[in-house]
Amino acid sequence: MDLSAINPVLLIAAMIAAATPILLAAIGELVVERAGVLNLGVEGMMITGAVCGFIITVNIGSPTVGFIAAAIGGAVLSLLFAFLTQIALANQVASGLALTLFGLGLSALMGQSYVGIKPPRVEATPLGPLADIPVIGPIVFGHDMVVYIGLAIVAATWATLKFTRTGLVLRAVGENHDAAHALGYKVKRIRTLAILFGGACAGLGGAYISLVRVPQWTEGMTAGVGWIALALVVFASWKPWRVLLGAYLFGGITQLQLNLQGAGVAIPVEYLAMSPYIVTIIVLVILSADKSRAPGSLGRTFHASG
Amino acid sequence: MIRLEARPQPSAVMAYATPVLAVLLTMIFGGVLFAVLGKDPLQAITTIFWEPVFGEFAFFYRPQLLIKGAPLVLIAIGLALGFKAGIWNIGAEGQYIVGAICGAAAGLAFYPTESVFIFPLMVLAGAFGGWAWAMIPGVLKVKFGTNEILVSLMLVYVAEQLLASMSLGLLKNPEGFGFPGSRNLQQYASAHNAELIAGTGMHWGVVAALVAVILAYALLARHRLGFAIRVTGEAPRAAKFGGVNPGRLILFCLGTSGLLAGLAGMFEVSGPAGQISIDFNVGYGFTAIIVAFLGRLNPLGIVAAGLLMALTYIGGDIAQSQLGLPAAAIQVFQGMLLFFLLALDVLTNYRVRLGTGEVTT
Repeated sequence: MDLSAINPVLLIAAMIAAATPILLAAIGELVVERAGVLNLGVEGMMITGAVCGFIITVNIGSPTVGFIAAAIGGAVLSLLFAFLTQIALANQVASGLALTLFGLGLSALMGQSYVGIKPPRVEATPLGPLADIPVIGPIVFGHDMVVYIGLAIVAATWATLKFTRTGLVLRAVGENHDAAHALGYKVKRIRTLAILFGGACAGLGGAYISLVRVPQWTEGMTAGVGWIALALVVFASWKPWRVLLGAYLFGGITQLQLNLQGAGVAIPVEYLAMSPYIVTIIVLVILSADKSRAPGSLGRTFHASG
Repeated sequence: MIRLEARPQPSAVMAYATPVLAVLLTMIFGGVLFAVLGKDPLQAITTIFWEPVFGEFAFFYRPQLLIKGAPLVLIAIGLALGFKAGIWNIGAEGQYIVGAICGAAAGLAFYPTESVFIFPLMVLAGAFGGWAWAMIPGVLKVKFGTNEILVSLMLVYVAEQLLASMSLGLLKNPEGFGFPGSRNLQQYASAHNAELIAGTGMHWGVVAALVAVILAYALLARHRLGFAIRVTGEAPRAAKFGGVNPGRLILFCLGTSGLLAGLAGMFEVSGPAGQISIDFNVGYGFTAIIVAFLGRLNPLGIVAAGLLMALTYIGGDIAQSQLGLPAAAIQVFQGMLLFFLLALDVLTNYRVRLGTGEVTT
């Protein structure tokens, strides 16, 4: 075992990158849940985003276009969920599961001829001399665009929910859909838009895994990150900044166990690989005592009766 | 303008018609999917649904129907009890794995002793493994209010790692020339879940599935506990006033579904699969979710749904070798089925009205 092989600066930089897919998926799901919808299909939308982003990037050669395609892919899949839950009034838990099962199959089908291909590299954002500052440079300024976009989305979500009319309407729909409906807000339309946003974010997060983190396409490669993102929203008590905190915590653990695997720690690889999931469970247990923050209409189907 | 009007009572006709409609729609859209993939849709559909049962080599495939259907039905029965009560165990895949590990470990501990008690002991160990794994989300939910969906699912990934660790370490065949995987239980007479009637595919897992179906049916139709499950799902507040203890119900539903999933895993590892290996689990735990819904959470419906899903697995394998249809296409096909099922379910509880619709008051 050789722990000195782990460079703390590179480790922290890698942790931030590892947190990005979880962060993106979780912030998207946070908006969906604040609108009162529980979409358990995050894993399915992520993996669909991962494969869409990968295919487009390999074929076109531009990761930027790939990321846009991933967001669209995730959003299109989430549209299916929106149809099931908002129009066909299906159970949200079951529909979310269906979305995940379908997404996993669909992505495997789409990606079968892309296994083993290496995508073009996603370059770091050119921030000039800033990236050369010792220690702070690689940690804060050495990342690719998507990391900063993720942070920007968190900030924008926080500001929108807290300060704007749009945010207020969204929260009203999530807290009490009957009251929001009585006030004349289009509950279903607002929820559908929130679901689309969640899908796009999840897709983006998925593509970050297939284009930056791994970078390769393998079946089922998101390996539960979507589910961890769902847990994260609960962990964060539906608050954007806490999602950021949680994502760094989980990203950190994921990265740390990978580094420990690489350093040849005496713990078997399988047990290290379990750790992010076990930590998720422990955190859920510690924090699930306080459910008071959950949106009032979360998971309930809305149908305006005549 | 299309409007939905709530039915005063769920339509009994639609309740039976929607699964059939969903299967038909899946066949149509599945055909489109196969056509997009460049396969003859009609040929693909007949290969999947006709070939295994009535085709030239049906004698070979028919036993497979029981072998693949039994774990699906066994798991789905347990899941359906929980789903009915609004308790979502979606980690059956993990409970299936742990059941298999425990069952196999119990058998291998006695290798190479031969005794009639070994197999029953393995059954108990498998059931206990699955039960214990499902009790983790159960106890956490009752004690701390933790979301059982997320915990049970997280435990699937933990179980998969445990499986890898077991097949590379503790349970690895010492005479396996270093290859991962345990000893083959098919070659260990006392631990082998052999066919009861040769050539039928009938093994102890099938028997267990049938017993589970009958017990679940009796429980839901006749027993007080079954009534409690139904009331909790349909009207949680009424159930509470009626004296149903929600904590005990959660533990019962999660425990039972885990137990049955563990049994399914144990019968699989000691029979058709033969050994603990890294790729032992093939997703029965997730497909069983589709089976439970397709069977409308009704034990008898689940039998039919389980056989149909088994058919898509077998037919999918045939289509893969004969037509070169990718394995993932079957997964998409199964996912599609769940979509149509959920989408059509609206017809059970609502009437679709055409027209402009009067101003809602």
